[in-house]
Amino acid sequence: MNDLRRALMQIVYINKAFIRSPIAAFFTLVFPIMFLVIFSVLFGNGKMQIQGVTISVATFYVPAIAAFSVVTACYTNIAISLSIARDSGALKRIRGSPLPVWAYMFAKITHSVLIAVLLVAICAAFGAVFYGATLPTTTLPAFLLALVVGAAAFCALGVAVTSVIPNSDAAPAIVNASILPLLFISNVFVPLNNPPAWLDLVSKIFPIRHFADALVKSFFQLSGSGLQTNDLLVIGAWGAAGLVVAIRYFDWEPRR
Amino acid sequence: MPVAVEITDLRKSYGSVEAVRGISLIVNEGEVFALLGPNGAGKTTTVEILEGFRRRDGGHVSVLGFDPATGDRRLKDQLGIVLQTVGVDPYLTVAETVDMFRGFYPKPRPRAEVIELVGLTEKRDSRVTKLSGGQQRRLDMAIALAGDPSLLFLDEPTTGFDPGARRSAWETIKGLAGLGKTIFLTSHSMDEVQYLADRVAIIAAGRVVAEGTPDTLAGREKAAATIRFRLPSSASELPAQLRASAKVGADGVELETKDPTRTMYELTSWAVQAGISLEGLEVTRPTLEDVYLQITHDVGAESKP
Repeated sequence: MNDLRRALMQIVYINKAFIRSPIAAFFTLVFPIMFLVIFSVLFGNGKMQIQGVTISVATFYVPAIAAFSVVTACYTNIAISLSIARDSGALKRIRGSPLPVWAYMFAKITHSVLIAVLLVAICAAFGAVFYGATLPTTTLPAFLLALVVGAAAFCALGVAVTSVIPNSDAAPAIVNASILPLLFISNVFVPLNNPPAWLDLVSKIFPIRHFADALVKSFFQLSGSGLQTNDLLVIGAWGAAGLVVAIRYFDWEPRR
Repeated sequence: MPVAVEITDLRKSYGSVEAVRGISLIVNEGEVFALLGPNGAGKTTTVEILEGFRRRDGGHVSVLGFDPATGDRRLKDQLGIVLQTVGVDPYLTVAETVDMFRGFYPKPRPRAEVIELVGLTEKRDSRVTKLSGGQQRRLDMAIALAGDPSLLFLDEPTTGFDPGARRSAWETIKGLAGLGKTIFLTSHSMDEVQYLADRVAIIAAGRVVAEGTPDTLAGREKAAATIRFRLPSSASELPAQLRASAKVGADGVELETKDPTRTMYELTSWAVQAGISLEGLEVTRPTLEDVYLQITHDVGAESKP
């Protein structure tokens, strides 16, 4: 019980440090909102079809950038901030203290998920206010389930990727190189409109495509549950693999 | 006296490199114990095994009655650790950082007291990024004190301090020793060890090569003394019994003696009778640093193929 209270207090400290760090706050909080505004203004004029429903491209960006927000808050934010904390010796300090390591990880992951929830809510509010793209009703459970599975998987992958990051200077490069190309070919930054078969295939190997698809489809689908079982299974498999790597290879000490 | 730390035949290798090759040590409760040694001698490896960061390959280790390799919570509750690197979040303030760590311990020391002990009261509300390097190290010390530990590990705690900051860190450590805390220190600084430690062990190439109090280490108190002085050009030759052990150089005369009381008597009575004033007269014993350099040099020469 005491340890749970300690873990919750740790979320408060992590959040304080997060909002005071210009890099973390800017790239995690401001970036997705900026992209949402720019993309929907620049590319939002056309019409497109999703699950047999005709929508304006502007509203497509609401669930698409929601997906991007989760990836940023969970994967990018966790990987970079853990690398910095590991390099500075802060993680080693924590491990030498009586705070259980699970309490620290729980706090770190919970904080990231809360940031993701906040960003998704901002995306949804933006869509509702400017484009009349209200949240789905019948498919809302499927939409929320996809968010939960995605957030969990990208948190696990964020922790896992620190095992190939040699030091905090390399962290932003490795993290961005691993997701930026995927964001362009995975129905996030650009709606995929008859992509070449090979590109379609490549993007379907990775979890971002399935996550974006699951969110976008369940956001616009008019009937049925909107549950995208296959997409969720692929995301879940990536998350499970990430968890295994994270548990096996996570380092608490600086690498030299 | 109850034992705080007991190490028996400790061994640790990294690949084919044997970093620690059979170290045995005992640290009593309430003692300030210093581990000295050149870089790569195995100091940090030894301390990090005691702190629970590293696994040992062989031997037995007991810290406050616990095996640190098990990561027992009841042990961590009683330990304070200062690592060589500063490991705190740059965006929290001094007070927030101390409070965060206080929250991890069952019986923390009051925040104001912790911050006062390391002399950061005026920086209480400053963020870590705004602190100087020395102040960050002191914050590190504050974190180690947050849980009111009974055993403190300080790994080179004053490296990079200016003389004033170093002196005040020493006073802090002395004060903690006065409160009955056991302190396990590693250091490069002979002054620091001389000033703080009740007992010293020197390790080199993974072994303990000397152990004792700073004043008696390696027979230092009984070692030959050196008497130095300058003879005025008008002076006659030294008496015969002194001439044999005298080295005359450009800077003056050096006499090595196992019995400085007698030699001084012979020298000064001769000088007074002859009406000579001996300029720059001094008697010196080998310093802790001399002893340290001698011992580690010998080991270095031995371990070469």
